[in-house]
Amino acid sequence: MQLSKDDLLKAYRMMKTIREFEERLHVEFATGEIPGFVHLYAGEEASATGFCMHLDERDKIASNHRGHGHSIGKGCDVHAMMAEIYGRGTGLCGGKGGSMHIADLSKGMMGANGIVGGGPPLICGAGLAAKKLKTKGVAIAFFGDGASNQGTTMESLNLASVWNLPCVFVCENNGYAEATSSKYSVSCDDAADRASAFNMPGVVVDGHDFFAVHEAAGEAINRAREGKGPTLIECKLNRYYGHFEGDAQTYRGKDEVKNLRATIDCLDQFRAKVTSASLLDDAELNAIDSDVAELIDDAVEKAKAAPMPAAAELLTDVYISY
Amino acid sequence: MARKITYQQAIGEALAQEMERDETVILMGEDVAGGAGAPGDDDAWGGVLGVTKGLYGKFGDRVMDTPITESAFIGAAVGAATAGLRPVAELMFIDFMGVCFDQIFNQAAKFRYMFGGKAETPVVIRTMYGAGFRAAAQHSQCLYPVFTHIPGLKVVTPATPYDAKGLLIQSIRDNDPVIFCEHKALYTLEGDVPEEAYTIPFGEANVTREGDDVTIVTLGRMLHVAHEAADALAKEKISCEVVDLRTTSPIDTDTIIESVENTGRLVVLDEAHPRCSIATDVSAMVCQEAFSALKAPIRMVTAPHVPVPFATNLEDLYIPDAGQVQQAVRTVMGKD
Repeated sequence: MQLSKDDLLKAYRMMKTIREFEERLHVEFATGEIPGFVHLYAGEEASATGFCMHLDERDKIASNHRGHGHSIGKGCDVHAMMAEIYGRGTGLCGGKGGSMHIADLSKGMMGANGIVGGGPPLICGAGLAAKKLKTKGVAIAFFGDGASNQGTTMESLNLASVWNLPCVFVCENNGYAEATSSKYSVSCDDAADRASAFNMPGVVVDGHDFFAVHEAAGEAINRAREGKGPTLIECKLNRYYGHFEGDAQTYRGKDEVKNLRATIDCLDQFRAKVTSASLLDDAELNAIDSDVAELIDDAVEKAKAAPMPAAAELLTDVYISY
Repeated sequence: MARKITYQQAIGEALAQEMERDETVILMGEDVAGGAGAPGDDDAWGGVLGVTKGLYGKFGDRVMDTPITESAFIGAAVGAATAGLRPVAELMFIDFMGVCFDQIFNQAAKFRYMFGGKAETPVVIRTMYGAGFRAAAQHSQCLYPVFTHIPGLKVVTPATPYDAKGLLIQSIRDNDPVIFCEHKALYTLEGDVPEEAYTIPFGEANVTREGDDVTIVTLGRMLHVAHEAADALAKEKISCEVVDLRTTSPIDTDTIIESVENTGRLVVLDEAHPRCSIATDVSAMVCQEAFSALKAPIRMVTAPHVPVPFATNLEDLYIPDAGQVQQAVRTVMGKD
């Protein structure tokens, strides 16, 4: 699948924005200023980016508790996301949702989710709506290896198949469901193996390789858009931080993350590939790095300075009318 | 001799003592050991907040990490309970009941009655509830009224370390399905807890403070809010009696009625939403059984009819506080 220079710059900017957003949250969370549970996506950027690069305003995604990357990929405003994570009135959800519930329906981002396996059934619905309304839209569920075992996920794979829905199910297998290894909790070698039982293609892809994800995503999304039905794609990848911020991660191997960062980092791989092929040069990438650093600095600064929600907001937004 | 341990330690101790006593007691849940199949520690977590830490080391494969598949493992615990085991299943957050409710309310709750009294389902489902952790709408609810509504389930809401241990041991030895609700903000609370195993019977409320003017019926974390309010009101010469329900099913009607007959006034304090709740249940019960004893309309102090918000200021407003209780008490006293 051909990527123009602009596409490559866009992809790098998306991945870098996600990375910087998460690295900065890791630092800021430790200061105690960010409330609640925060689950970071650092290390997994190539997956969200590889898929979201194909999407437009017709398309919908459902995310999970580790949802910042998908949100940025689908075009959620970085400033409003940061403010939401700080629980400010200027946040994307008015401070009512927080990190685990970031959503922007106007962008086709149907929400991060606090319930493991909450997204796949919703994405069947989004796919059904696209089909009935003939929008040519595609609906994508991002979920983890933990959710790959949930009944809701299995039921959704079946429903999407029997209704021939324009859906893509993306299992981001980062090796751990909380502290439990996917080697223990997933009964087959690859979660994608389950696709055959639901009569859909099952694809395993290196989730650290943007180009591999982008290609597999493109095929599945085109297939869905053309009315040929759903696909299950498993991205094998790793997270650089704990299940949530504050997780001591004693279940992981010694130097596991250090080695991952040194060897398979998706941003490093991207840079090496595009510069060695002379598609982009270091100066162009470094310029994006600077832009992104400024953007994140500004987002954090503005979030910290933003007002808390007004007290009256406690009682609003429960119903449309009551 | 008085020994102080935390609510969390009391729960861990109850589990350890019952597992020691009865080898049919097993523990299962998401990361109750933590680290299954991973390269690091096999008991890395001991539950998401460390409540079951150390049990894997003592009891090995009787402490089972599960996949994140609530329907399957809660159902398996229910099934195992009908087949000779006495499982304690940990459902991390009470909110996750939504994923597996069928196994609880259509299966576990119904067997005894539906099968003509032949079934025994000695399962305990331990779960964490309550606001205050900035955990937002899907990790902060107080859903015990939902379980209380369903015949066949017993519902337990300990407020202190002493009650947590005694009620959990009772839950494990009980032959009916028990939903054991632990308030996450109480885990670090310290209190006197005997080292030996003991039980606290279900359906026996605890009068934790005696008083003459107003009865405050409450449960769980709100017990401590009630005491804070009662302390403040004592300075205004208002004497509050505080009743901790301990279990919402069965519920100790006698103690509530007796107290209201003595004081003539009732404030019900509950962290759950106000509709179809423990607060409405207790209020209705008192209206029906002790209406003539009431000197003033009952007041309910509850969270509002909204999901739990994330923002810290909104969540603080959401959770009932001592000030609201004091105001409600003044109202029933005609002093507002």
